[in-house]
Parts: sequence; structure tokens; C-alpha cells
Amino acid sequence: MNLNEMLSYGFMQRALIGGSLIAILCSVLGVFLVLRRLSLIGDGLAHVTFGSVALALFFRLHSVYMTLSIIPVVLASALGILKLAQKARIYGDAAIGMVSAIGIATGVLLASVAGGFNVDLFSYLFGNILSISSSELAIAAALFVIVIAGVVMFYNELFASTFDEELAKSSGLDTDRINMVLVLLTALTVVLAMKVVGIMLISALLILPAVSALQIAKGFKTAIVSAAAIGVVTVICGISFSFVMNLPTGATIVLINFAVFLCAFAARTLLRHP
Amino acid sequence: MNDKALSVRNLCAGYHGSEVLQDISFSVNAGDYVGICGPNGSGKSTLIKIILQLLAPTSGEVSVLGTPQASFRDWHRIGYLPQGLQFFNPHFPATVDEVIRLGRLSAKKFPKRFNRDDAFAVDRTMEWMGISHIRGAMIGELSGGLRQRVLLARALVNDPALLVMDEPTTALDPETRESFYKLIFEMNREKQCTVLLVTHDTATIGKYASHLLYLDKKVVFYGSFDDFCNSAEMTGFFGEHGQHLVCHRH
Repeated sequence: MNLNEMLSYGFMQRALIGGSLIAILCSVLGVFLVLRRLSLIGDGLAHVTFGSVALALFFRLHSVYMTLSIIPVVLASALGILKLAQKARIYGDAAIGMVSAIGIATGVLLASVAGGFNVDLFSYLFGNILSISSSELAIAAALFVIVIAGVVMFYNELFASTFDEELAKSSGLDTDRINMVLVLLTALTVVLAMKVVGIMLISALLILPAVSALQIAKGFKTAIVSAAAIGVVTVICGISFSFVMNLPTGATIVLINFAVFLCAFAARTLLRHP
Repeated sequence: MNDKALSVRNLCAGYHGSEVLQDISFSVNAGDYVGICGPNGSGKSTLIKIILQLLAPTSGEVSVLGTPQASFRDWHRIGYLPQGLQFFNPHFPATVDEVIRLGRLSAKKFPKRFNRDDAFAVDRTMEWMGISHIRGAMIGELSGGLRQRVLLARALVNDPALLVMDEPTTALDPETRESFYKLIFEMNREKQCTVLLVTHDTATIGKYASHLLYLDKKVVFYGSFDDFCNSAEMTGFFGEHGQHLVCHRH
């Protein structure tokens, strides 16, 4: 199958466009999350998404309605993680673990009680970007604009508080607000990324392009741009390769990302110790 | 015009029920260079955190640059240099130029964007501090001394009226430490910037500070350095040898 033929399919065009938009979001936010040691928040919110998907399936909500219905649940859970960490005197990772476990438990419980939608639920665990519909793509594009606008507006504040939160606070920056913005933008992105790589592999899309970029970046802006470029290229390659070879798309994207990370790591090592 | 850079009245503060600062009061005139010293756990860093609003006091009043803390918004008039970065990651992908520019954020309104004036201020500060040649270097690849110099540049990029430093030279070798303090002294003299310096380095206080605040949960001594050197408390604080060391400039 040649490139023209592959691109002639409507579902491939939608998958490549949607996948690229989501890859940009995951990679850009991933840089902030990785540097703040919050990488696993993606995993935690993905597990909440699992519970939310089960809830949506329980009420027979599908496609766009499902996406729209799980967004508020995931946003509320993201805020819950922040509040738990701030008010309940527990560390961030413990808060993520708690919310994550509640998400999974809710999903398993609903699937068991309702029965009959286990197959649907399974498809969300591993994602299927090739099945993205035009309306889902429109939602993805709208959320892309919202998240990118948020990152652009808060870019310098996010950078400052990622560099050193105490220094940022001592400059009069409202670091609690900045943390909330980051977590909410991440929650929106996780809901979108579920379609590309599935709930199980979302954290990989948040972490891998970012850590690859951090191997080679020479400055913060360079890191953000490199991560976005790596994310887009790996998602496009992953979708195309998996389609041609008849492989699972999410897993292919993740493994290509890992290969890129190994290359970036090798390049860095060779450049430092020729 | 209010010429008080800092005014602290009946300040109490602590952590989890234990009081670290007990009813302290003092004020600092604009242009003073105040050395803050005292034993470990005496409340020096707690005082700095309260001045910067990183910690809320349990009671008392603090006015910074003539404004009560509750209504203070002129963050660009304060420069802060910590002992080191809170959780410094040597692989953090930020250049020297990017780090210094972050200091300009305090003067911005939302959405906080940088412009030509900011680039000019960064250039001018780097030139003054003699670090223009490393502007593109990654912060994590610098030596401890150079990294503190970059953080000082970040603190000074707005030409602050008040510079607050919390043991800024702990990790530096004696030679670097000396040049670091000379730079701050120069800035205090040339730009009339008020300096608050927390340090265990009593020799430095003797050499550069105009005033000394000695804390031990309470204010044990506060006054001009000359008064301190001539006071009977002096020997009690530092011993005979310490007296010579701290007051050797006199």
C-alpha cells in the first residue's frame, strides 16, 4: 500500500489529524509534568477516565456524548488530587494513587454490576484512533485550542513555577493557581489521549516525547518545541506503521516513542563523551 | 516619602504549634545593609519567609517598602536570593538568559509576556555582573558559584529596592564567596539598595553590613554595627576571638 492510497481513506485522515493534535498537547504538557515530577498524574487521571467511561457506558452514552460527559468527572478528580495533596497532609503521589484506585474500582464495579459492555470498555483500555469520528475530531480540535491557549497564556508562569516554586512564589506569582491550571489542562488532554493510545498507555504519551526532548534540548523553549515535534512524528509514524502492518496503534506509538528516546539518549551520550 | 524599607511589629510565627519567632519588632531604613545572624533554629529563615509572604505569621504586623503586607503588590521591588534552588534538577533545560528573565515576571500583569525592555534589562544586568559570556549556557552545567551569580542576577534584574538573601554563599569556596559579597556591597553603595543578609558567616557581617540583627527566637541585639562592636553583649555572642574577627574592619 502506498502513501497516497493510505491517505485517501477518510478515517486515516481523521486519525492523523486528531493524533497529531493530541500528540502536541501531551508532549507540551509532558515537559512541565516530567520536570515537576508529576509524570504519573497522567496515569492517575487515565484510571479515573476508565471509571468515567464505565459510568458513561452504564448510562448508554457513546461517542461525543461520552467524551463530553467524562470531562467534568476527570476535571473534578484532577482538582481532588490537588486538594488532597494541599489539605489532607498527604504527598502528591499518594493523592494520585488514591484517586487512581477509586477510578479503577468504580470502573470494575460498574462493569461487573451492569455487564454487557465489557468489550466496549476493553476498547478504551487500549484506544483506537482509527475509529475517531468527524464529530469526535471536532471536539478534539476545540479542546486543542482551549489547552494550547491556556499553555500560551500561562507559559511564563508555568515555566517559573516549574523551575522553582519557592522562587516563583517570592516573585508574587500565585503558584496554587498555576498548579491548578496545569492539572486541569492535563485532565482535558488525558480525556482526548484516551482515544489515541488508550487508558493504559496515556502516561507514555505524556512522558516519552518529553523525556526524549529533555535529552537533547538546549533551553526551555527548545525543549517544548522538540517534545511537540517528537510527539507528532511518532504518532504519525505509529498510526501509519500500525495500519500497514496491521498492529495495535497505541502500542506501536509507544514503542516508536521508546525507540526515539533511546536514540536521543545515545545522541546525548555520544555528544558529551565523543 | 516613607524611608523605612522594612517595619516589623510584635511578630510571632511558628510551625505546627511551636513558636519560632516570639514578639519581635525592628525596622530597617532604606539603604541599610543588615546582617541577620543567630544560632540554628533561631528563626532567621522563618523571618525571611514571612517578609516574602512564603509563610503567614501567627500575629504581628509587617510593612515592606512602606506598604502593609496585605496590600503589598510591588513584588518587582524585592529581589530574593535563596541558599540554593529548592529541588534543583541539574538537567533542567533552562539557559542563563531564560532564568534571569524570569525575574522580570514580578512586574508583569496577566498574561505575563516579555518585551524588548525585559531583554534590555537582562542584558544590562548580565553585563554589570560580568556574566554576558555565559548567557546561552544551561543553568545545570554551571559551577555552584556561577549558578548563584546567575540567581543573584535574576534577583537584581528589576533593580530592586530591597534585596533579601538567605545564606547565599553556603556552597561557595572562600574566594568566590568574597567576590560575591563585594558585588552585593557595591550594589548596596551604588544603587542604595537595602540588603537583608542571613548568614552564619560573621566575618562577612563585620566587613560589609551597616547593621546587625541577632536573633534567638527574640531580638537579642539590633543596631548599627559600631554600637554592636562597642557593646558588652559582643563578647557574650562571639567570644574574645570572635570580637576581633567580626569587628576587624574597625
